[in-house]
Amino acid sequence: MIFGLPVISVAIWLPIIFGILVMATGDDRNAPLARKIALVGGVLGFLVTLPLYTGFDRGTSAMQFVELHGWIARFNIHYHLGVDGISMLFILLNSFFTPIVVLAGWQVIEKRVAQYMSAFLIMSGIVNGVFAALDAVLFYVFWEAMLIPMFIIIGVWGGPNRVYAAVKFFLYTLLGSLLMLVALVYLYNLSGGSFSIQDFHHLPIPMTAQILIFIAFFLAFAVKVPMFPVHTWLPDAHVEAPTGGSVVLAAIMLKVGAYGFLRFSMPIAPDASHKLAGVMIALSLIAVIYIGLVALMQKDMKKLVAYSSISHMGFVTLGFFIFNQYGIEGALLQMISHGFVAGALFLCIGVLYDRVHSREISAYGGVANRMPVFAAFFMLFAMANSGLPGTSAFVGEFMVIMAAIKVNFWYGFAAATTLIFGAAYTLWMYKRVIFGKIANHHVAELTDINARETVILAILAITVLGMGLYPLPFADILHESVSDLLLHLTHSKL
Amino acid sequence: MSLTDELTALLMPASVEIFLLVMACFILIADLMLTKSSKIFTYYLVLMTLLGAAALSGLTHVNDAQVSFNGMFVDDAMSDSLKWLSSLSVMMMLVYSREYLLARGLLTGEFMVLTLFALLGMDVMISAHHFLSLYIGLELLSLSMYALVALQRDSAVATEAAMKYFVLGALASGLLLYGMSMLYGATGSLELTTISNALTAGTANKTLAVFGLVFILSGLAFKLGVVPFHMWIPDVYHGAPTAMTMLIGSAPKLAAFAFTARILVEGLQAMVHDWSSMLIILALASMAIGNLSAIAQTNLKRMFAYSTIAHMGFLLLGFIAGGIEGYGSSMFYAVIYVLMSLGGFGMIMLLSRAGFEADNLDDFKGLNQRSPWLAFMMLLLMFSMAGVPPTVGFYAKFSVLNAVVQAGYTWLAIAAVLMSLIGAFYYLRIVKLMYFDNPETHAPINVGSDTGLLISLNGLGVLFLGIAPGTLMTVCAAAVKQSLLLH
Repeated sequence: MIFGLPVISVAIWLPIIFGILVMATGDDRNAPLARKIALVGGVLGFLVTLPLYTGFDRGTSAMQFVELHGWIARFNIHYHLGVDGISMLFILLNSFFTPIVVLAGWQVIEKRVAQYMSAFLIMSGIVNGVFAALDAVLFYVFWEAMLIPMFIIIGVWGGPNRVYAAVKFFLYTLLGSLLMLVALVYLYNLSGGSFSIQDFHHLPIPMTAQILIFIAFFLAFAVKVPMFPVHTWLPDAHVEAPTGGSVVLAAIMLKVGAYGFLRFSMPIAPDASHKLAGVMIALSLIAVIYIGLVALMQKDMKKLVAYSSISHMGFVTLGFFIFNQYGIEGALLQMISHGFVAGALFLCIGVLYDRVHSREISAYGGVANRMPVFAAFFMLFAMANSGLPGTSAFVGEFMVIMAAIKVNFWYGFAAATTLIFGAAYTLWMYKRVIFGKIANHHVAELTDINARETVILAILAITVLGMGLYPLPFADILHESVSDLLLHLTHSKL
Repeated sequence: MSLTDELTALLMPASVEIFLLVMACFILIADLMLTKSSKIFTYYLVLMTLLGAAALSGLTHVNDAQVSFNGMFVDDAMSDSLKWLSSLSVMMMLVYSREYLLARGLLTGEFMVLTLFALLGMDVMISAHHFLSLYIGLELLSLSMYALVALQRDSAVATEAAMKYFVLGALASGLLLYGMSMLYGATGSLELTTISNALTAGTANKTLAVFGLVFILSGLAFKLGVVPFHMWIPDVYHGAPTAMTMLIGSAPKLAAFAFTARILVEGLQAMVHDWSSMLIILALASMAIGNLSAIAQTNLKRMFAYSTIAHMGFLLLGFIAGGIEGYGSSMFYAVIYVLMSLGGFGMIMLLSRAGFEADNLDDFKGLNQRSPWLAFMMLLLMFSMAGVPPTVGFYAKFSVLNAVVQAGYTWLAIAAVLMSLIGAFYYLRIVKLMYFDNPETHAPINVGSDTGLLISLNGLGVLFLGIAPGTLMTVCAAAVKQSLLLH
């Protein structure tokens, strides 16, 4: 409870209310005011999620901070919220990034500032709703509503090819979601009239139906993750989105899809999950290796990080579908870490783009000569992206590789190649951009990061190092829920 | 029982229609007496009449269905709620279109009287319980509409649209009548309950009844505008003055829903297997052709026309599913569709000026820069039409899909969502034009306080109903339950 209000509801609605307030400031004459309100909203939005962490009971896998109210009685739909070890950290991660993207767009965004800030705040609330919803329709409403602000963000403040990217993003994700809707409605009728996700978990389902349900969910979630071969929207969306949009896409949106696998696909259709695990593992490994190689070839920094994200998310789905404790926990840690690292990398690219207005690697060279502080931060995040021990990324990757080797040596072997490819594409890019002689007059005129940028990057750097050196506070939260999920998965639902 | 009591029992169920008829005749005469400068008085009188009709349909609501005029007319929960909504939506249409019509010199007494007669026709259709009254209601509505579309005499497109509408409408009425006469031959009655009983008992000539059904269904499909009987819709929507398009595209859909429900569900329930398999084809074809053709349009009114075809296909899915769930969801869909359609056409009229129609897609370019609030309202309406939550359009689709899956047609539900994905593309394009493109003109948008308030209520209503759709869903389900299944 915060001031007598339930924590999760506050975490969802406070940013949305601030978003509306920001929008109400009107046109760009009031831009300074809009920025300030947005920052206050973002920071408050993060602070109110902290009780979720401090008040979290690590000893149980049950849902906590549960809120249950009637909503649409006719279809037995409830306003049902709650978190467990799997979802809680993502609410924190999402709320943590909101003030950061507000700060990242502080000076850069000059057109329609209020709308920009408000879109991010509203989206932050909606995404919290996705992670906390325990009613399938409530989940679906948040899930779809999330598309609207992102569509606007990419389309209005994005790069030259923004319209194509925005429409592609929207339609790709809508396709998957609509089939998921049919699956949810089917489950509602099968369960005799309940939309509670936890009821779905215990519902016996015949094999054919399970496989069809799994495929419907797969389309919805795999597009969001994104998994090979439905990943093609992501590089487009990333490249065209403004920096803040890319950060939210990488840090948050991709996690929503992976979360869906754990909350829906696996527990609702466990037998189908086991049966199709081979396919899922194969797709994951293709993402890790093939997309890793694709990343190596990129000329555009944002595209490179986008492909790197797909490759890293392949690791996550691999961890899920080998069905053991280390695998799933490692994958979840990898998701959180990737949020920080990819978010930070996009912010770094944003710093360069704001100054030079190019994302091409070849437009840079010798940046370290002009921006030493920036180069140091960038170095840390590049190392983290390659999975260097001591950074947050190492923890998850190590656990997943270990778990994969336990199941099958070659899975682990194939997954481990990411350590090589990851290092190769990230560090090669870093070398070309940062080191060497000053490439051109644009680079020669660069100025080092200002106080605002330093604060943002420093916060992220501390988090990445902190999580890498002492991951227990994160891992601790996951443990009970993951054990319980695995136990659930061992029982057939036929 | 005294004579007054008998008269009350006979006339009370039809009080709304009687009131409308009296007022329409009064306004017709009163308008002639008014000088040109005080014509606006007629307008307010019409609004008051509509308000009165809405109030009457609410006030005369009784819990049991009342049948009067020898079984020709029924007053029940469904008719009360649909009449209430029809009056309201015609009222919204008048508020939206006042300035538009004034600028074009169309806000005349004829326009208003014809509108009232059209509403009277809808109300009769909604309450009819007999093939004769159904047909009379339909013709009253259609004839008023033909005249309304042709009202702009100096416009060649409008005249052409009226001509097309009239010829095809007459053909559809012919088909309908032919089918009705066949059913009369098969069952010996024009009254829906008697027909239903005869069909259930098996005393009717089955072959003749099926032939009659095919003709009736074709006529219905014409009036609803579903594929392959849809060709008049784009031309009429495009050619008619936007205010008339709005009238055609809103309240009559409620009447059409009631009309279809009365005939198919109340009258021909015994032949449900025959007609639902025909409806599957009509629904699928409408959703496919409507959505695909809408993509190719550059004119917004034409695009809305094709989108209507797709929406009507979706609405038919509820009839295919059947039961309270199915018919209730269809009714809910119709109500929500009318709300969105009013908003969409309302926006076109808001952006139009004297001598300029904002009905091309390009006219919406950069609306967010010209008027962020209007753009936001249109955004809500478009996402609602596409069926994206948290707007109410999602729940309309959701409840229909639920009914379809419950009835065991999961494949149909999958087909329907894939078609709506195609639909999402062209609604999204409008959002794209408004938000991502730069405006072609910076002409100021003059929005009157009444229309501005109404479009805000309309847009926010779509959002608010999306957050709390429960009540309306329950009302629709209850209305359908009382009216269609207990007879």
